[in-house]
Amino acid sequence: MELTMKTYINSGNKDTRSGFGAGLTELGKSNENVVALCADLTGSLKMDEFKANHPERFFQVGIAEANMIGIAAGMTVGGKIPFTGTFANFSTGRVYDQIRQSVAYSGKNVKICASHAGITLGEDGATHQILEDIGLMKMLPGMTVINTCDYNQTKAATLAIAEHKGPVYLRFGRPKVPNFTPENGEFKIGKAVQLTDGNDVTIVATGHLVWEALEAARALNEEGISAEVINIHTIKPLDEDAILKSVEKTGCVVTAEEHNYYGGLGESVARILTQHNPKPQEFVATNDTFGESGTPAQLMDKYGLNSEAIKKAVKTVLNRK
Amino acid sequence: MPNIKALNDLTVQVRRDILRMVHKVNSGHPGGSLGCTEFFVSLYQEIMETKDGFDMDGKDEDIFFLSNGHISPVYYSVLARSGYFEVDELNTFRLIDSRLQGHPTTHEGLPGVRIASGSLGQGMSVAIGAAEAKKLNKDNHLIYSLHGDGELQEGQNWEAIMYAAGNNIDNLIATIDVNGQQIDGATDTVLPLGDLKKKFEAFGWTVVEIEEGNNIEAILNGMSTAKSLTGKDKPVCVLLQTIMGNGVDFMMHTHAWHGKAPNDEQLEIGLAQNPVTLGDY
Repeated sequence: MELTMKTYINSGNKDTRSGFGAGLTELGKSNENVVALCADLTGSLKMDEFKANHPERFFQVGIAEANMIGIAAGMTVGGKIPFTGTFANFSTGRVYDQIRQSVAYSGKNVKICASHAGITLGEDGATHQILEDIGLMKMLPGMTVINTCDYNQTKAATLAIAEHKGPVYLRFGRPKVPNFTPENGEFKIGKAVQLTDGNDVTIVATGHLVWEALEAARALNEEGISAEVINIHTIKPLDEDAILKSVEKTGCVVTAEEHNYYGGLGESVARILTQHNPKPQEFVATNDTFGESGTPAQLMDKYGLNSEAIKKAVKTVLNRK
Repeated sequence: MPNIKALNDLTVQVRRDILRMVHKVNSGHPGGSLGCTEFFVSLYQEIMETKDGFDMDGKDEDIFFLSNGHISPVYYSVLARSGYFEVDELNTFRLIDSRLQGHPTTHEGLPGVRIASGSLGQGMSVAIGAAEAKKLNKDNHLIYSLHGDGELQEGQNWEAIMYAAGNNIDNLIATIDVNGQQIDGATDTVLPLGDLKKKFEAFGWTVVEIEEGNNIEAILNGMSTAKSLTGKDKPVCVLLQTIMGNGVDFMMHTHAWHGKAPNDEQLEIGLAQNPVTLGDY
């Protein structure tokens, strides 16, 4: 029996990093305090247009990420709003102590913008992929952690974080993925977006896994299973009320993310369920592993990070209800 | 003309503050603090142009960043005695619920502090960022920073040193406290720093040497020279030769007092060598 379900249209595949670039370009025009720093990856981060429009507000620091984070922290003294850009791996693990002391503990208004996050960086392999960054960043007191799902949402998030006072980690990626959230949509930091209504299972997804969750929900719908898909763009602070409300209704949850299950969104969801309303949960995430070379699609398949994996997890969790 | 006697009197009083602060909590870093006392007094009393009060952005005033945050006792004492907060608050150094944390931080809102430091090697980058912000804001005031010599073993400094020269950060005066000591011993034995003057010059900086880094007049002269060299496309480095533990004879010329507090008897000896000038907190 097929149920009615809200559907989403892919307006065309686009990379989330280009959403960041577009947002930064807009910020360049609208907010003169916004400055951008890059560690030799201007093209990869789609920061070229900002650089061309505002050369005086663009700072090329070279291959020196630690220095970049420190300079960004210093620029806030004087009222600037620095956006740093490099790959997620080099935005977090490489500079953790600099972020911890000079940005987070110092309470500086720095926006750490990280592209090529997760395994979908692809062919460069595990040295450049990172599946631990959400955990690293969410553990820092006061750090806001955002992982966007498509081009439109990444652009909206880029604009929103400029208005937010305090350190932010904005995580996005390299591959072209379906663009399905509204153009110029509202972005509220810390507010979950419920994409579908469902009664049987809640699917809490973030980043590239949100579209996969919708695909899974569509397939499950054809089998008569009604899934409530929640798009969590802000992992910290987490919209606990939205998740608890949905799980109260459905009685079980699958979390889905392009990240190690240690330290990821799934663990944050498990914590609030354990505290408030323990229910069965299954995790779609990588299983304590590094990545490897391959195409994004191959890697998502091999590491169980797609709609098929979500469907399977839903079946498992339903059996545990 | 600066009143050298008044500055020397303040220096002696700050030394007393340092000794009493670390003695009370039996922890903290007196050696480097005592070595930089004359520098801090000169900086806050004569060298920097600062506004009344404190705001984080520090627009239209000179700004200082302490990178080697462990010498917080001298920093706190001089900030308090320069009017950033009440000197009585020095009583709370390293105690629970204090704004005077073991290492300086913005986290508790202590006036005068604009960045947390303690994990070494980060302050040069921060100072450069603030210098870039001053340029964007068309603010002609200067950024001052202080770094330990041993701290230069941290690689981030050399990223920053390269950046500053490559980007004409000429509104920055970065001072290195060259006392030749670090926790495990002499810098020459732990990890030799080599010829710092040549290194900074090779990276494209202008270098000023102050050989008597515990002499107020020598500091004022050297820093005045450094100031005159700003605005000429190159960052300025001051190599300040100091004596660790200066002013307390048994603490001088050794790394032994890097992070160790005096006992009751040692405190009395140290205080006797530095009689009250302005009054204890």
